[in-house]
Amino acid sequence: MKMIAKKPESLTGAKYHYCPGCSHGIIHRLVAEAMDELNIREQTIGICPVGCSVLAYDYFNCDMLEAAHGRAPAIATAIKRLLPDRYLFTYQGDGDLASIGMGEIVHASLRGEKITTIFVNNTLYGMTGGQMAPTTLLGQVTTTSPYGRKVEWEGYPAKMCELLSCNEGAAYICRTAVNSPANIIKTKKAIKKAFQIQGQGLGFTLVEVLSTCPTNWGLSPADSLKWMEEHMIPYYPLGEFKVKGE
Amino acid sequence: MQRVLMKGNEAIAEGAIRAGCRGFFGYPITPSSEIAEYMARKMPTIGGVFVQAESELAAINMVYGGAATGARVMTASSGPGISLKQEGISFLAEGELPCLIVDICRGGPGLGGIQPSQADYFQATRGGGHGDYYIIVLAPSSAQEMMDLTMLGFELADKHRTPVMLMAEGTLGNLIEPVLVRDEVTEFVDKPWAITGCLGRQPNIVNTLHMPVEQLQTRNQHLTEKYQAIRSQEIRSEEFLTEDADLILVAYGIMARIAKKAVMNARSLGIKTGLIRPITLWPYPYGVVNKIAQTCKAMVSIEISTTGQMIEDIKLATAGKVPIHYIGEIARTPNPEEITQQLLVIAAKEGLI
Repeated sequence: MKMIAKKPESLTGAKYHYCPGCSHGIIHRLVAEAMDELNIREQTIGICPVGCSVLAYDYFNCDMLEAAHGRAPAIATAIKRLLPDRYLFTYQGDGDLASIGMGEIVHASLRGEKITTIFVNNTLYGMTGGQMAPTTLLGQVTTTSPYGRKVEWEGYPAKMCELLSCNEGAAYICRTAVNSPANIIKTKKAIKKAFQIQGQGLGFTLVEVLSTCPTNWGLSPADSLKWMEEHMIPYYPLGEFKVKGE
Repeated sequence: MQRVLMKGNEAIAEGAIRAGCRGFFGYPITPSSEIAEYMARKMPTIGGVFVQAESELAAINMVYGGAATGARVMTASSGPGISLKQEGISFLAEGELPCLIVDICRGGPGLGGIQPSQADYFQATRGGGHGDYYIIVLAPSSAQEMMDLTMLGFELADKHRTPVMLMAEGTLGNLIEPVLVRDEVTEFVDKPWAITGCLGRQPNIVNTLHMPVEQLQTRNQHLTEKYQAIRSQEIRSEEFLTEDADLILVAYGIMARIAKKAVMNARSLGIKTGLIRPITLWPYPYGVVNKIAQTCKAMVSIEISTTGQMIEDIKLATAGKVPIHYIGEIARTPNPEEITQQLLVIAAKEGLI
């Protein structure tokens, strides 16, 4: 019998704890498929964040380390410097990366650390119950922006790809979404490309993946995808922002 | 072994390299910066890693990552920087990651000043960050010991899988003294738990999250048992003329050397004086202090701190057995004659002269 689909070897197969309709499961699988296809599972070390994906060490079938909130890029920096022939990835949410970890991600990219960051942007703090994040859209209601995010109170949403692509040390910066089969395929291609560019030693690589949070958005999984298309993608345009050498 | 003149901070850096440290992650701060500068020069020449981090938070988290690979790694800072590192130190303790953290103390609270201090005693000896933990704290009193205790620190860190702090006053960091340069360490313990990529084995996980209540309780019970083992194996202290002494000084670091001279001065004036010098500040030599409290008449804690911090451990050790006096001021290292004068006042008050 011909095998046409199987669980990637780079996933343990442990049952996800994520809410119905959450994109983390898809994104985990895409990272794992990229690792499988590049045959780098045994050379890869993953760093998980504080946030909904804090338990990612239970799901990825490679050496894993769980970081303090926002500090994954600093941790990955040291590991990569000490073990330069390994592949390093950090898996971070928008609160972790764009708020408390803003310093670490900016400096890791400035130094051109040869690591890959998977940045999952769902516009809020999911695990703590849906508070405002730096990525929360203008007008978006969260538990800590109950009147909708206002410029005069909370300023503007952080566009991390645009910001990080200015840094000379960044070799690959790309934003994708997991709202449709076509975009899911594009996301996997981007993640694979990021790992390949890391392997070539060209510099810092990051793939921002626009993701859904039906639980905290108060929408059904299907309506969440629609909300992402109508609100997130217009503000956070998809595509490659920087490819070193191109 | 070569005998050379070295600054205390340089003796730490050279000792670390000789102990096999191949990763230094730091952030500049007076009076510790010479350690980072020495490492920046040396590490690239010996296949090691030096990274000047963007912040103290990043530096201690680089130590977290570096230690997780099984390499011997370290950072160095001073009070305000150590405060920022406390989050990472808590994670290192729970993750059981061996490493060395150097604190070349300056005065606080706040920015305080850049003069010498021993006022980081509380944050060093009480864990310092959040949660149930301790770290081993070593207090050298000479440039030689800056090297020797740095090397011992790495050994204890690996032996007990714990962060170790080396704490010294800014005075000692900047004091130039002859140092016998020790031989390179060549034998290291295996670290099968390290995160190196899972080639040929099951994946390893370094983690500090223990969500089910029983898991966290089991984890902290394990740490508590480890701390008990450290208490029973690693307490180090020095006694000087304590056997017949009526008045016992307790001092560590550079203060212990000055106090020794004050002991001799006081003895020449007819006061039977002695000194206990804790070398491990955690675990504290409670047993030694308690034993001597049974035979002496009073004790004096001498510290470079205005409020007094170690005095609380002396009180715990002596449990009210003898009166405890205090001599100390922040940001100033007193000379032996000044201490002797204050000892005369204390001795008179206690009826010892």
